[in-house]
Amino acid sequence: MKIILGISAFYHDSAAALVKNGEIVAAAQEERFTRVKHDSNFPLYSVKYVLEEAKIELYDVDAIIFYDKPLLKFERLLETYVSFAPRGLISFVKAMPIVLREKLFLKNLIIKNLKTLDKSLKPNKIFFSEHHLSHAASAFYPSPFEEAIILTMDGVGEWATASVAQGKGKNIKILKELHFPHSLGLLYSAFTYYLGFKVNSGEYKVMGLAPYGKPKYKNIILNKLIDLKSDGSFRLVMKYFNFATGLTMINSSFSKLFKQPIRKEKEKLTEFHMDIAASIQAATEEILLKITSNIHQEYKIDNLCLAGGVALNCVANGKILRDNKFKQVWVQPAPGDSGAALGAALLLYYSKKENQRKIVSKEDLMNGAYLGPSYTNSQIEKDLKNVNAKYILLDDEELINEVSNLLYKGMIVGWFQGRMEFGPRALGSRSILANPMIKDMQKKLNLKIKFRESFRPFAPAVIYENLSEWFDLDIKSPYMQFVSRVNKDKILIDENTKSFFGIERLNLIRSQIPCVTHVDYSARIQTVHKNTNFRFYSLIKAFKDLTNCPVLCNTSFNIRGEPIVNSPYDAYRCFMGTQMDVLAIGNYILFKNDQINNLDPNYKNQFLND
Amino acid sequence: MDFIKQLFKFFAVRKKFWLLPIVIMLFIFGGLIILSQSSAVAPFIYTLF
Repeated sequence: MKIILGISAFYHDSAAALVKNGEIVAAAQEERFTRVKHDSNFPLYSVKYVLEEAKIELYDVDAIIFYDKPLLKFERLLETYVSFAPRGLISFVKAMPIVLREKLFLKNLIIKNLKTLDKSLKPNKIFFSEHHLSHAASAFYPSPFEEAIILTMDGVGEWATASVAQGKGKNIKILKELHFPHSLGLLYSAFTYYLGFKVNSGEYKVMGLAPYGKPKYKNIILNKLIDLKSDGSFRLVMKYFNFATGLTMINSSFSKLFKQPIRKEKEKLTEFHMDIAASIQAATEEILLKITSNIHQEYKIDNLCLAGGVALNCVANGKILRDNKFKQVWVQPAPGDSGAALGAALLLYYSKKENQRKIVSKEDLMNGAYLGPSYTNSQIEKDLKNVNAKYILLDDEELINEVSNLLYKGMIVGWFQGRMEFGPRALGSRSILANPMIKDMQKKLNLKIKFRESFRPFAPAVIYENLSEWFDLDIKSPYMQFVSRVNKDKILIDENTKSFFGIERLNLIRSQIPCVTHVDYSARIQTVHKNTNFRFYSLIKAFKDLTNCPVLCNTSFNIRGEPIVNSPYDAYRCFMGTQMDVLAIGNYILFKNDQINNLDPNYKNQFLND
Repeated sequence: MDFIKQLFKFFAVRKKFWLLPIVIMLFIFGGLIILSQSSAVAPFIYTLF
């Protein structure tokens, strides 16, 4: 068994990944092709793409594996409804048609979809893996570790909401699990809901809002909402929650506990909301640190791998790192369900006797997470011609010099180069870049380019060699997964610091790179490496030559609610729908002022709020 | 038929035959629910299945 296709779908973030001889050939999320954020439909476009990248047909694939087990999920669903009965009747009536129509018969659905690519597909080629085992595999197999403890945490899989596993060589053994409804992911989502943000996508906002507040309610969360044990395991006090059998995350007891109603979507964010965000973030960190500290003590293994949606909490990841219990921490760049497609494929590959796992380098196997489609200059030119774009062709050196100069002058640049990233982060292939030293750049990017809340932070992309000169971090963070502080000598303390509160603190100059320094002087760092993205590395280097600053502000190439751009056409549309100044796409450069086409004022209305 | 076989095998492995009466009732009433509904989109804030 040499070629394996992994699939995740029907829940959120559908994706496909292809593994050939243990090598990750390609992986992509369906939302990038269909332009529907968090698309949960069968990832037919992604499957087609990964096969195309490997230059094979579906017929050539030895096995196909789905990332979770529908029958086990069905069992959990039934047992949950039984244990909460008669509560949950409405939810039951609404859920069952979906379950009985499709979710229970996923194998048939998968076969039906794949038969559009290979009519002769045999059902015995299809396998199923457990949800958290898929996550664990996605965190361990691509990591550079021979042995590691693997911690996976998310909303819920089949029964498990968290698992601790041991990875050694090519084997993964689940050591313990926490079961539904007791879930750290769902606890965080409950607060996301309480703060008026969308569950499953607004969790970033809660994390971004947290530094504006004080963790005043942390003890209420830890004492009333959960029963936390010394090893970090916990039980949710279910009288405050409604997600197990209801249609909402929380109930009125929850609001009563905090003495405020659920915030409405467009309601102003007050100090209370910021304090709530700070409190759930602090509680999450405390729980995670308890767990990691305990598993280190219990298993005495120095490497830690993380996956599952909770691993997207890069503030907590940074705390785990600084806790120094583990010598090395590696987080899967696509820790959510999309990455589980890859995990499932690797799991099946290594389950075969003939396939061995050898650690040959200190680098991971993710290829910098650049596992998606790329476009040649001639493909790009064809697309640009089709939309009547005005462009200039430059050679590699000219492109780097021109773009670094434009960034230096304060222009906002759409940067579309090479293979698209796998996972939720733009890492210099589908990015919007800006000069981080400009004072109002954060506000401008948020309000005029991304059309999102002004409080949301941006990430710095820093040349790895210069990392410790600017940030309090000394390990590689190529996937933007660790938050750390900006170095003291780069911090500027505004004399008005003490008189500014809440969102007002955005107006303070916080450091030499204010655009990427959060109000608590932290930053979500991406280290850029010569060997994984040479062009991006060269650009930051050229910017450094001009400014002495080896850092660029890097945000995903999209607006709020829109999936990150995939094709040149998507990039051009986004460029013309926002106030971006320049688009650098392959070796072509486009200036907004040169375009004959008008700006699209309705672009932002085409996507639902995230 | 293949699905029913799988379901029985699953219950045997998991030792969960006590769920069987619920499943049978579910298929009877669930079938009726499906027939009476035109859309299978439910207003869940967080879909657990």
